Parts: sequence; structure tokens; C-alpha cells
Amino acid sequence: MKQYLIYLAQSHPGFRKAELESLAVLENIELDLADYTDESPFLVVRLQNDDEAYRLVHRSILCRGIYELWGHGDDLQSLHDSIRLTSQPHWAEYLHKSFKFEIIGYQGKKKTTKEQVALIETFEYLGFEGVIDMKTPEVRFTVLEKYHIEGGGPTAQPDHVWFGREICVSARVRGAVDEYDLKKRPYHGTTSFDAELSLVSCNLAHCSRGKVMYDPFVGTGSFLVAGAYFGSSVFGSDIDIRPLHGKDSKTKNIHANFEKYGTTHLFGDVLTMDFTNNALRDTFQIDCIVCDPPYGVREGLKVCGTKNEAKAEGKENLIINGEKAFLRKDYIQPKKPYELDLLLDDLLRFAAQKLPIGGRLCFWMPTANDELIPTLIPHHENLELIYSLVQDFNKWSRRLLVYVKRDENYKGITMSKKDRSGVNNFRDRYFSGFRPEVETEK
Amino acid sequence: MKFLTTNFVRCAVKSCAASSDSFPLVFSECQLVQQEQDFDAEFLTSMLDRLDWPALIKVAADLGNNSIPQVKPENIDPEDPESERILRDLHSLLLETQITEGKMICNHCQHVYYIKNSVANFLLPPHLAN
Ligand SMILES: C[S@@+](CC[C@H](N)C(=O)[O-])C[C@H]1O[C@@H](n2cnc3c(N)ncnc32)[C@H](O)[C@@H]1O
Ligand SMILES: [Zn+2]
Repeated sequence: MKQYLIYLAQSHPGFRKAELESLAVLENIELDLADYTDESPFLVVRLQNDDEAYRLVHRSILCRGIYELWGHGDDLQSLHDSIRLTSQPHWAEYLHKSFKFEIIGYQGKKKTTKEQVALIETFEYLGFEGVIDMKTPEVRFTVLEKYHIEGGGPTAQPDHVWFGREICVSARVRGAVDEYDLKKRPYHGTTSFDAELSLVSCNLAHCSRGKVMYDPFVGTGSFLVAGAYFGSSVFGSDIDIRPLHGKDSKTKNIHANFEKYGTTHLFGDVLTMDFTNNALRDTFQIDCIVCDPPYGVREGLKVCGTKNEAKAEGKENLIINGEKAFLRKDYIQPKKPYELDLLLDDLLRFAAQKLPIGGRLCFWMPTANDELIPTLIPHHENLELIYSLVQDFNKWSRRLLVYVKRDENYKGITMSKKDRSGVNNFRDRYFSGFRPEVETEK
Repeated sequence: MKFLTTNFVRCAVKSCAASSDSFPLVFSECQLVQQEQDFDAEFLTSMLDRLDWPALIKVAADLGNNSIPQVKPENIDPEDPESERILRDLHSLLLETQITEGKMICNHCQHVYYIKNSVANFLLPPHLAN
């Protein structure tokens, strides 16, 4: 086992550990995160080798990079002592390689070129004889300094300094979060999901090459492009045909987004379908499900059917031009409202039936902050809830719920709507400005 | 809708789910276009595992293609030229063939679904939904 330093992004810290753990499971890496805290962007872990380090961080969104740790200390002197003590056996290997030094300062002030050179020169004793190559060096060495803010500005001296050999930078640093920014997409809409968290969701869901990902509430397809970014083939469906067609047939539709990202070969299909009347054959295996179910705020929660059954009676016998009306190409299927809690039960049941053992279901559930959350979260006996990660807004928050399908030895509980004491009436609370709930008749 | 997807969908009516007649759907009056796609051997190999081969033969025949081999190709090795030829044929059929307009009919309940503007519609009328 060797020591590696992970440099994490200070973004959605509550999701970082779950992402690291999920990637470790996906890549079959044993990882001890006992030292992890949400506060620190630096984390030392023990791994078998560089290959493990690469696989752990390469596709991460909430890590920035991973380094073979050569030494660290509270100041430069102790850093160099530590490097001499622990990393000397490595030096020879890099003696003649082209190389580059980089400096990362967490919360530090920007260094002038002169300061940078001065810092780098303190490493002269490593004795590297290779050429310095700023663009495509064979090996990169990185000094990572941690400062903190005091009295309105960064401290003059770092609190701690690490030095290491870069193994890789993450998908985030390679530009994924930026590139997938909604505003830069040919097609997005009011229901589109934030790029960063949709990529994180797909990491937690284990989207990867050779796997099929499905979003049953696909809308404008935000999760599909994220799933394809990680190499899975992606399918989606939605009860509303409009987002599936997009705004125009050439440049503003779901397919155009895949073209932009060069992943059209991973785009399976999108279908118009009511999730509760699903047309996917039972034996079609889906490996991951990622979605943002309809909560009724920017889109309706509807299913096929009619509100007024009495009025609709006998309509199935209506004939237009000698054809049964409901079999005509221009027939529009009526829709009726449905309860969110019932839909979530349907979603869990579907996932339990479809996913392979170890397969994951990830979905977002918004709630008012004054709600007792555990009473709202659905459970299914074959699905283990492994994460409930909160993104906090002011009066409400949404949480990413992650479930894993377990084998028959797992004995979970089923908690469907009738067993849950709370009612997720997020829509009503949202539109009433989250005023304290008045006692309503249940 | 891609040809590939015809292999994954059955009738959406709940009382049809258990019937083997609800899959595959019967395709008729279909308009097809060929749309070029990047070839990805690894992706196709993984899709091959998920295909129901008899259904693929049936739907291909509905669409006028009777040249599908009777048994699912096995031991596909993307490196081998013969395998690659098979994969390229499958690529063209499964991923490059788009059904832009057409009907899909359930052999169990005779319900008709439509494909319009390349998007298949599986929504049900009230008397078939719940
Ligand atoms: C919160 S939006 C998800 C948007 C999507 N993540 C995106 O990137 O645009 C919920 C979606 O669920 C759809 N929906 C509502 N009821 C549905 C149902 N019964 N079956 C399938 N989709 C439904 C809505 O039309 C809406 O597009
Ligand atoms: Zn049917």
C-alpha cells in the first residue's frame, strides 16, 4: 500500500465522500475514508498502486486530482525533511524524464512568478536532469499549500504543505462541469438539471461503459447526456412529448446535445410513455436508473386516464370516419393527476424488479425544510438506501436518494405510501411560500 | 425510434404484460431512414447480450428484411474480422435504421401505437390505462 493525496473540490462537500466511495465500489478498490472530513480539501488515502489511484479519481466530479505523496509538513523545512525521509527511493526513476512543477494554493494569495520560481528552487536537491517541459511533460510534480483566511485575507504562511507526483486530474479539472454547463447546451429547458450534480448523480449510479442507464422522467434529457459522458448507453421516456421533440427538429433537441458532446453513439432512444403504464419488456435489463421525478412545480405530475370517469364512459366506442377514435393517429390520450408518494412507490418497485444485484437507483426528492424527512422517504425490501444527500436551498432542500438492489439474503423493509406517516406535498408547500402547515384533514 | 428499441418494448396495457403475444409488437406501415452513426464495437457487443433474437427476426421481417441469421451470433470478438463484419451489419440495422413514422400493434389486445416524427408514443387511452 502506498500513500496518495487527493485534492478535493470545495463544491457540494456533502456529496464528496459518497462519490469517492461509489467510485471505489465501481472500480473494486478497497478504500478507507476514516480521515475524510467535509471541511478539508486535502485527503491522504492508502492504495495499492498508481492504477488504482487513476481509476478512483479520473472520472470524479468532486475531486480535483490525485498525487503520489512524496512528503508533507507544516512548513517548507519540514516538507523537505519529510521528502528526503520518505521518497528518496523514487527519485532515480524520474532523473532523466521531462518534467514540470505546479503549485496549488488553497485559499492562498496568488504567487508572483518570482515567488513561484523561488519556491520551486527549494526542490533542487531532487537533482532532476530531464528537460523542463511546460506543455507535455512526462511527469508533473505538484506543491499543494493550504492557507486559511484570517482578518479578511489569506494568511502569509501556509498551514500545511504537501508534495507529490501527479497521477491524474479529475473529469472536473479536465473541463466536464464547464463543458456540460446548461447555458452552453444547444437544448435545455426549465426542467433541465444542473450539470455538476447530474454528473455526480451518474457517478453515484455507476453509469459506465457497457451499462444501460434509464431515466423514466427524461424531459430535456439532462441525465442522459451525463450518463453518456461516463460511457453508458442511455434511454429515457416522458409522458410529455414536447420536450422529446425539442424546440426545433435540427438544432434544439435532445439529439443535438449528444452531437455537441460527441456521444450520439451512446444515445439509445427517448419514448413517450407514462411511467405507470410502462412499455419496457420485463426482461430488458437496466443497470442504473437516474431521475428527477415530477414534483408538480415546473411540470405536472400526470398519468394516463381521465379525471371524470362518468363523462368518459363509453368513449372507447366512439367512431370517427369509420375508425375507433382511440386508435386514430391524431387521438390525444387524456391525463389525470396522480399522487407523488404513489409514483415514488412505483419507481422503487420498478427498480427492484429491473436492476441487477448491485445495480443502483438514484433520484432527487425535494422537501420543505420544516418537514420530518425520514417519514417521507420510501423504502422497498429489496433496495438498500445507502445515501440521502442534501442540497440545501433556503426554505426547502432537495436530496439525492441512492438505493442499491440487494440479493435475496437482504431483508429490508417496505415502506410504501400507506406505511409512511408523512405526505410529500412539496408542490402545495412550494406555491404557498412554505408557510407553516395548517392542519388539513387527511 | 431506432430499430434497436423495437427489441425492448411491448404493449403497455397491464393485462397484456404476461402474454407472450405482447412482445414484440407488430410493425406496419413504417417509414424508415438510414442515419449514419459512429461505429462502436464494444457498445454493440454489450447490446447483443440484451437482444431477444427471435423478436429481432420478426420485427426485421415486418420491416421487409428477411436476411437476419436464424441464431444470435456468439463468441463475438471485436478484434476478429468476421465478427467485425457481423457487428457492422448489426450496427447498420439496429442503430442506423430509424423508424420515422409507423404503427405498432399488440398481438394480444390489438391496440395500436404510433410512431410520429421519429418518437414512439406508448400513452394509453383511459379505458386501457391504470
Ligand atoms: C422534474 S422533470 C425532469 C426533467 C428532466 N430531468 C430534464 O432534464 O429536463 C419531471 C418530468 O416528468 C414528466 N412526467 C410527469 N408525469 C409523468 C409520468 N406519469 N410518466 C412519465 N413522465 C412523467 C414531466 O413531463 C417532466 O418532464
Ligand atoms: Zn396489448
